[in-house]
Amino acid sequence: MHFFMLAVESWATRLKAGLARTREVLGTPLAHLFARQRIDEALFEELEAALLQADCGVEASGSLIAALRERVRSERIEDGGSLKRALKQALLELLAPLERPLDVSRAKPCVIMVAGVNGSGKTTSIGKLAHWLQAQGSSVLLAAGDTFRAAATEQLVAWGERNRVAVIAQPSGDPGAVVFDALGAARARGVDVVVADTAGRLPTQLHLMEEIRKVKRVAAKALEGAPHEILLVLDASTGQNALAQVKAFDDALGLTGLVLTKLDGTAKGGAICAIAKQRPVPLVFIGVGEGIDDLRPFVARDFVEALVG
Amino acid sequence: MLDNLTARLAQIAKRIRGEARLTEANISDALREVRVALLEADVALPVAKHFIESVRAKALGEEVVGSLTPGQALVGVVHRELAALMGEANVGLDLAVQPPAVILVAGLQGSGKTTTCGKLAKLLLGEKKKVLLVSCDVYRPAAIEQLKVVAAQAGADFFPSAVGEKPVDISRRALEHARTHYHDVLIADSAGRLAIDEEMMREIADLHGVLMPIETLFIVDAMQGQDAVNVAKAFNERLPLTGVILTKLDGDARGGAALSVRHVTGKPIKFAGVSEKLGGIEPFHPERMASRILGMGDILSLVEEAHAKVDLEEAKRIAEKVKKGKGFDLEDFKQQIAQMNKMGGVASMLDKLPARLAGQIDPAKLQDDRQFRRIVGIINSMTPQERRKPELIKASRKRRIAAGAGVPVQEVNRLLNQFEQMQKMMKMMKGGNLQRMMRGMKGMLPGMR
Ligand SMILES: Nc1nc2c(ncn2[C@@H]2O[C@H](COP(=O)(O)OP(=O)(O)OP(=O)(O)O)[C@@H](O)[C@H]2O)c(=O)[nH]1
Ligand SMILES: Nc1nc2c(ncn2[C@@H]2O[C@H](COP(=O)(O)OP(=O)(O)OP(=O)(O)O)[C@@H](O)[C@H]2O)c(=O)[nH]1
Ligand SMILES: [Mg+2]
Ligand SMILES: [Mg+2]
Repeated sequence: MHFFMLAVESWATRLKAGLARTREVLGTPLAHLFARQRIDEALFEELEAALLQADCGVEASGSLIAALRERVRSERIEDGGSLKRALKQALLELLAPLERPLDVSRAKPCVIMVAGVNGSGKTTSIGKLAHWLQAQGSSVLLAAGDTFRAAATEQLVAWGERNRVAVIAQPSGDPGAVVFDALGAARARGVDVVVADTAGRLPTQLHLMEEIRKVKRVAAKALEGAPHEILLVLDASTGQNALAQVKAFDDALGLTGLVLTKLDGTAKGGAICAIAKQRPVPLVFIGVGEGIDDLRPFVARDFVEALVG
Repeated sequence: MLDNLTARLAQIAKRIRGEARLTEANISDALREVRVALLEADVALPVAKHFIESVRAKALGEEVVGSLTPGQALVGVVHRELAALMGEANVGLDLAVQPPAVILVAGLQGSGKTTTCGKLAKLLLGEKKKVLLVSCDVYRPAAIEQLKVVAAQAGADFFPSAVGEKPVDISRRALEHARTHYHDVLIADSAGRLAIDEEMMREIADLHGVLMPIETLFIVDAMQGQDAVNVAKAFNERLPLTGVILTKLDGDARGGAALSVRHVTGKPIKFAGVSEKLGGIEPFHPERMASRILGMGDILSLVEEAHAKVDLEEAKRIAEKVKKGKGFDLEDFKQQIAQMNKMGGVASMLDKLPARLAGQIDPAKLQDDRQFRRIVGIINSMTPQERRKPELIKASRKRRIAAGAGVPVQEVNRLLNQFEQMQKMMKMMKGGNLQRMMRGMKGMLPGMR
């Protein structure tokens, strides 16, 4: 199947391979730009264009280029190679603060609630996360908190089977009740981590935003301190709306982290630059495929390396 | 969200005013603003550049001559050009073939294919067609089950498939079944795929070869960013697309991907997905999409939405009351708030308002629908009699109500004031004047200044 094809490659190579394809598609390979001898206005413009096309946004791209110009002047950069290093450095300074490893040891059970807009990759990310957590030695239980979408429960149950972990579901149709149940089960079974799926929702649907706040409150009632993590799943192919999503879900729930999925495609997920500038919620994981081990902790250096090459 | 192009262009238009004609120099500022607006709306950079150049050419041409102010003319050219690029309105499905007419959907992961299959089925069932749905997604867990549920919800027939089968074999059997069972339409769902996944792109091309669909629809998420051009180009090269469906337009993304996809495929955008529910599909309106991308608001669809979502019976009851001069009471007010929430709340209405009005709203306060709930809480603390006759509510009753709702007395006062304004507004609505109604709503809704 297609998602096993690249499984053996290391993450950096893999992400890089994805981005290399992008560069071909775009026809403006960054490497090609940097190979240029002279640093002139046209070069800055092309770099800015490359950032814009990675979804970094007008503001973040503009300020990255401004910082780069400043560096070129103050450090007397004259060749493409140094310019490339300078851009990487600027991106790294922007993105490194977002790095944060997931720590599930601070509570037992540690409750992770997963939220996001429709189709961003929540359920799949939970399937991968269960695998990752088990590989780290934690026992896992999943809560089928999407009681709305057709076959959402069946989808999560399938991931539960792949991971050989229990999935708590209910016919009730009330996501709060499912989560309440799951936390009870987790305590009774001495499970380390509970991951709760939720239905996709757009921030414009105020009643659904209210509903998910309620799920959070129910979790807190069922177990003090829960949920310990609230992760927002973002699709890397989303444009400037990604920032709006982070703001809306953060305002409603108080996010502890982000998961950026579908980075194995041609989209580069540059919206994370705008997010880093305007609402810096830590980026905990990235998704690089539909397979069970296609989840990676976010490492800013690798990300920048893959982006700039 | 609200840094509005219209507002910014209006500023620039002022500056251009007084000059006899549009020149390279005096429109360049405005065009730069348009470029920024397009990029912020996620129009792909090469597409935005191309658009700006065509507007520049048009603006410097004859069309501008003779119009009242050059500034207005420029804004007009921008909007008209964009709407023209978005294509024609109301391009429906073409199913004029020997039945079964086959519809194949394709697109990236999570773009909304399966849901859209259900929506199309429902639409066609409404036209008295006999519809069969089949899933060729043997990869995503429970994808087939999802389509099965969706088919049942829509009331369409479902052709079962299984994970172990080859998509091409499934489609062949489904087609045969549709033929022998006299289905008018066969809708085939496919797995989400990346444009660079060679094996999967070959698979969808093979599916197309077997099904020979009369409609091959590319399903695009309205939130998609710059990559939309690359993806659309790749799908368009591998599949003879006949149209595009833009999903998740009920969100607040400006939807510039629509323009990118149009630009590279040249295919009509046939429908817009506006809800997760199966009824949430609408004909595509290029004019409105142009306004939305430019951030110019969309008063038209606001009005239509108000018509569609507001409980008609309830609205009639209230209208009747107003007409009879019988008091619009606090119970009705509460209902109104519930209606508002049904329409997706104020935030979603905001996007559809023209800049001038939207600018008067403080978005920071809008996210906060606690105010709505507080209002409801206060009304709930009143006796039925008080709700019918708010004039009864004097100081001691106010204190009791405030205590019951757990709010300070000032909030009760504020609510009563807002209610009075609402009453006035109801009178205006009777006249059917939307502009006045919008003005009337000012100050009445949380977050409006
Ligand atoms: N290529 C790729 N596809 C992914 C990735 N993550 C998720 N997907 C796919 O994206 C689609 C949507 O994923 P889901 O996990 O169902 O998304 P969701 O957010 O749970 O969706 P809803 O519950 O409907 O809102 C599926 O086809 C997944 O296989 C990723 O990292 N890479
Ligand atoms: N709000 C909203 N949600 C939508 C719309 N269309 C689809 N969705 C939701 O988007 C999510 C993904 O939809 P699906 O139909 O599963 O998408 P898909 O393209 O079949 O996904 P894969 O098969 O995994 O590639 C689901 O949660 C749907 O309910 C729409 O127009 N508006
Ligand atoms: Mg899901
Ligand atoms: Mg599907």
